[in-house]
Amino acid sequence: MKKNIFATRWGIIGVGAFIGVLAALLQRLGNPGNMGICVACFERDIAGALGLHRAGVVQYMRPEIIGFVLGSLIAAYLFNEFRPRMGSAPIVRFVLGVFAMIGALVFLGCPWRAILRLAGGDGNAIFGLLGLIGGIWIGTLFLKGGYNLGRVQKTYTSAGWLLPLIMAGFLILMLIFPQIKGEAKSGILFYSVKGPGVMHAPLIISLLVGLAIGFAAQRSRFCTMGAFRDLILFKHAHLFFGIISLVVSAFVVNLILGQFHPGFVKQPVAHTMQIWNFGGMVLAGLAFALAGGCPGRQLFLAGEGDGDSAVFVMGMIVGAGFAHNFGLASSPKGVGPHGVAAVIIGLIVCLFIGFTMRKKVI
Amino acid sequence: MSIIIDAGGLSCPQPVLMTLDKIKEIQKGEITVKVDTDTSKENVSRAVQSQGWEVADIKEDREGYQLTIRKN
Repeated sequence: MKKNIFATRWGIIGVGAFIGVLAALLQRLGNPGNMGICVACFERDIAGALGLHRAGVVQYMRPEIIGFVLGSLIAAYLFNEFRPRMGSAPIVRFVLGVFAMIGALVFLGCPWRAILRLAGGDGNAIFGLLGLIGGIWIGTLFLKGGYNLGRVQKTYTSAGWLLPLIMAGFLILMLIFPQIKGEAKSGILFYSVKGPGVMHAPLIISLLVGLAIGFAAQRSRFCTMGAFRDLILFKHAHLFFGIISLVVSAFVVNLILGQFHPGFVKQPVAHTMQIWNFGGMVLAGLAFALAGGCPGRQLFLAGEGDGDSAVFVMGMIVGAGFAHNFGLASSPKGVGPHGVAAVIIGLIVCLFIGFTMRKKVI
Repeated sequence: MSIIIDAGGLSCPQPVLMTLDKIKEIQKGEITVKVDTDTSKENVSRAVQSQGWEVADIKEDREGYQLTIRKN
């Protein structure tokens, strides 16, 4: 039996540290504050670059996301783990992706960013993380009660390639229509001229970091939702060591680089409405738990051929469109005009999915 | 008599949940667990070992992996 070193205790700790250090460095190199990496925010920026929403401050084709999928694809092929598969309730995964994104944008970050915000001293992240744990806990109750979305089926290799190809297409678009300083549009792509969307590390560095993290995360099965889920459900701390390692390493690098600013007010891309920091992440955590992975993990799974995860990713990108077009996403001023209603609707939808989609599979 | 858990096509945590339920039910003996991804293979192996079971054998076939787990 071949041994996967990345899947050992020290493997997952190493990958967590690797991500933490690189995320803090990406922030140093230009990414927004406490947002070295944020899967939800970056997919939202991609939705903006494509014009699926027109929030001018968050439009950029983030190469990190492209790298995550392609890095995972490379790792999966090198280690003979590319398994094209799909067909486990794709529409449900799409809807979960939409509401996962809406919940994350009410908080202003995915679980990765929640951890990075904490490592940067943003106390508001504590409420988001508590909400995340609460949402995942509700998800584990459904899992214990027999919730599942059914079996996947093997499919064509080319079907497993579709999301990686879409990502490669995005990269090509970015090369054909590069950012022009001070311009809000280049060819068909939208870019930000102010706000978080204009803050980014150089393209090649973002892409290389994305590829490296995608590779390491595919091998280690790094998942922030799984970390809490396995701890709650099985008392297994394996994946949890990964996120502890991430928060510690990002904290140390932030300290060294002068990026650690403890407090609650005036934190970068954050608000202080704690009930909705909590509530948004309850929704996101529940949606991730019902879909079987955090947004990062869904990208890595899509890279190894999982078409259902690819549908979840597309759900998140479309969800970002809803979030900004309907005024659901928060801003540093607080929650959007319809953010609270969206969280409540999202929770009702997730509960509907959790209660009605259970069967014994044996 | 052999007990077979078919977790093929199911993503985690389902294979682990099914295996742990069966382990709790029979306490000791031998179980064959079918999974289709490397992640599930690793997760099931890790979970059963934490319960004091050993992974006696892992066979790879076209469908994925067959794990034989045992506790005497």
